[in-house]
Amino acid sequence: MTNNKLDIQEFLDQDQKKDLLRLLTAGSVDDGKSTLIGRLMFDSKMLYEDQLSALERDSKRIGHAGEEIDYALLLDGLKAEREQGITIDVAYRYFATNKRKFIIADTPGHEQYTRNMITGGSTANLAIILVDATKGVITQTRRHTFLASLLGIKHIVLAVNKMDLVDFDQQVFDNICADYTRFITQLDIPDFHAIPLSALKGDNVVDLSDKTPWYHGKSLLEFLETVHVGSDRNLNDFRYPVQNVLRPDRYFRGFSGVVVSGVVEKGDSVVALPSGKQSRVKSIPTYDGELEKAFAPQAITIELEDEIDISRGEMLVHPDNVPRKERHFEAMLVWMDEKNMDPNAQFFLKQTSNTVRARIDQIRYKTDVNTLEHSEVDQLKLNEIGRTVITTAKPIFFDPYKKNKATGSFILIDTMTNNTVAVGMIIDKIESEYLPSKITSEEEVKIEKGIGLVQQSEYQKRYNQKGATIWITGLHGSGKNKLAFSLEKQLFQSGATVVLLDGSTLRSGLNRELDFSPSDRAEHLRRVSHIAKILNDQGIIVICSFISHDEDIRSQCAQIVGKDRFHLVYMNADIEYCRTNRPELYKLGEDGKISHIPGFDIEYQIPNNANLILKSFDKDLHPNIVLNYLGENEIYPLK
Amino acid sequence: MSDNYSLSNLRELEAEAIHIIREVAAEFENPVMLYSIGKDSSVMARLAEKAFFPGKVPFPLMHIDSKWKFQEMIDFRDQYAKDNGWDLIVHYNKQGFESGVGPFTHGSKVHTDVMKTQALLEGLDKYKFDAAFGGARRDEEKSRAKERIFSFRDRFHQWDPKNQRPELWNIYNAKVHKGESIRVFPISNWTELDIWQYIRLENIPIVPLYYAKERPVVEVDGNLIMVDDERMPEELRNKAEMRMVRFRTLGCYPLTGAVESEADTIEKIVEEMMTATQSERTTRVIDFDQDGSMEQKKREGYF
Repeated sequence: MTNNKLDIQEFLDQDQKKDLLRLLTAGSVDDGKSTLIGRLMFDSKMLYEDQLSALERDSKRIGHAGEEIDYALLLDGLKAEREQGITIDVAYRYFATNKRKFIIADTPGHEQYTRNMITGGSTANLAIILVDATKGVITQTRRHTFLASLLGIKHIVLAVNKMDLVDFDQQVFDNICADYTRFITQLDIPDFHAIPLSALKGDNVVDLSDKTPWYHGKSLLEFLETVHVGSDRNLNDFRYPVQNVLRPDRYFRGFSGVVVSGVVEKGDSVVALPSGKQSRVKSIPTYDGELEKAFAPQAITIELEDEIDISRGEMLVHPDNVPRKERHFEAMLVWMDEKNMDPNAQFFLKQTSNTVRARIDQIRYKTDVNTLEHSEVDQLKLNEIGRTVITTAKPIFFDPYKKNKATGSFILIDTMTNNTVAVGMIIDKIESEYLPSKITSEEEVKIEKGIGLVQQSEYQKRYNQKGATIWITGLHGSGKNKLAFSLEKQLFQSGATVVLLDGSTLRSGLNRELDFSPSDRAEHLRRVSHIAKILNDQGIIVICSFISHDEDIRSQCAQIVGKDRFHLVYMNADIEYCRTNRPELYKLGEDGKISHIPGFDIEYQIPNNANLILKSFDKDLHPNIVLNYLGENEIYPLK
Repeated sequence: MSDNYSLSNLRELEAEAIHIIREVAAEFENPVMLYSIGKDSSVMARLAEKAFFPGKVPFPLMHIDSKWKFQEMIDFRDQYAKDNGWDLIVHYNKQGFESGVGPFTHGSKVHTDVMKTQALLEGLDKYKFDAAFGGARRDEEKSRAKERIFSFRDRFHQWDPKNQRPELWNIYNAKVHKGESIRVFPISNWTELDIWQYIRLENIPIVPLYYAKERPVVEVDGNLIMVDDERMPEELRNKAEMRMVRFRTLGCYPLTGAVESEADTIEKIVEEMMTATQSERTTRVIDFDQDGSMEQKKREGYF
């Protein structure tokens, strides 16, 4: 690497073309993991003299390797950890060879730190799982392998370390490989290699060792340099979650994001999700000039041919290759928080650039990371893994994690503490309609109290209106019903959700035992008000057409319905007009056949608090006046 | 798929950084990019320009001026911001400055605390920034190897290594309560060589101090300190001699040691670096204050 003969220009030109391999190392300090990493970095000359001398000094002071250099000290960064002698988090290491650059996510092997391995492994192409040759495949080995397969890491290297302690015996190595192969048949691991080595002595780490003539594979470093990971990327399914909308001026609107999978070319037809609107890629402008095509994982900006509305969290895809769209799906969930899962809590679910509210409907089972056995549980605790059913407030667009890591992964955020409490990988095997759903305990309390589970805001959004009562009062024959019926028709036709309550309909059924006496009139209107209230509570507009002559009763009705949504319309028509308009009833009164006719033989109390007063001479305009009123007061329509 | 669809490590790191920068711009109300004028800051600023091209970067640059920076850094800063259309905020600890705090009189520890750490916290509070980009890299120093890309800070800007959020895939949790904030490190995964490669590839301007030139320097406790202004005590200034030197890192001039070098191009710098026997941070005086001192400073709110 530091070959001075190589011209520096040539070196730099070659170096910048190298690809990147992200790898995970799993195992404990006892397995010699840190020693192995230190050795890789040391032998590829990534250690500086001052780091080495500090290392030698520290090895003598706090090292665990006796007189030898303790490479582990290089890697343990944090003070508290250094004192405890363990690595307790994920640490990232960087080194390069002539062929490749490497990022190592170094994670500890202790049981309580499954969380860290999951974190370190989420971006890894390859996992090195360390086994101590003197101990063979142990519980921890199985745990690490299971986690690697859960994360969808496609390449696994079983590094059988400390071969020097078993005299580089082929039989020991072969037995360990056989054990391990038997174990991984139940897991999904496409590519697996085993290498016998001694990290401490350097055998088979960088160069092949003459102590293992029976081993015909590559050294660890050579394997890492040559393993093909390019095809691990999903280049088939174009997925482009929009991160930001760029509008530097009125001529340009671009959608920026990362091509998380697939390929997109200029001129491609694309569809925006969830709107379903289609357009074509007009250009892919970048700081370095326009691109003809872009592919995963490039960060780009896309300009479309048509002006369509797309915002952050939405996704551009090809029309003939769309992701799943569901609110209800299964996922493997890893619990990452010290606090146990509250099965009734709501979370923020962040997937791609999109954040929605979510809840956990069911834990189908918990998987024991050591035995792979399933068990039934009510909640997950730190470092536990379970297959769960999740419901989101809005549909999300995803692919199964196995097919597409970028669109199949998500994190759950606690809405109170804002901590990332869990991470998930979506499984897509069972149709959402066959998945169980549940009512949360919060909702159960509401049901017990008889409180609806649908929010007012949800009704308003669905109906585009506010639940309200339009209460039309006035003398018999003043035109109440004419207004009420035509209003209902016009509101219905314009898209409102409306219910009409009028005297004769109610009196013919619900209130048929009631007569026209003052007390029965009061009871009649009390019932009407309660119906109106129930309907208003559920977001519906109610038109009530009732004489309702008594001020006290009208205000009682307003009380029941709720004063802020009770809108009183007074039909201001004098008795002569009404008598001419609807003579039959007044005739019966004149003939003494019926009594208690408001405005005739009992007083009609003219309201002094009406929201609208309608005069009889412009009766054809009445429906429009009311419609205007509803619009101005933001009852309907809302937008 | 063919090699037409392969991305070099540098372009992969670039894409990762742009994604991070855009996430912060989208999810935070008031982000800022901390600008140290160093080579890492220069790369980070270019990445931000790329992230929002053809638009303007939607957040400002903020330089915490300790008032002891090399003059060439200040000139470069003002020119860069002007040339590239950045909103530039320069903040310094006024009280510290007026009471004459400086490394020669107060020592590196007090100076760094007052003029850098305190000044930074003051600046962040003054403008109520809820996210601050920093150009730190994980390969720089041991305690940084474990730093998250989104590093959570409490209301007092403090970093608790035991209370950091798990960070998976490239999904970043950007939720904070009022008063809390995050530090974001978009070039976490870059190495020193990556930075130089990118500067070379992209033709990114850097402060000329990185290139070797004859400069007046004095040897202080084994470090070559450049005479940048009259504030250096006279008895030291008198000992100055012209030597061919360059700087591997930039900071306050009395706290930044030069290295003797002939490297006056990026290629030569890289060549020198590849054969170097000392890691980058050894020329920073503050690291030697006490063992684990960078971690200590991080806990207190310094990067």
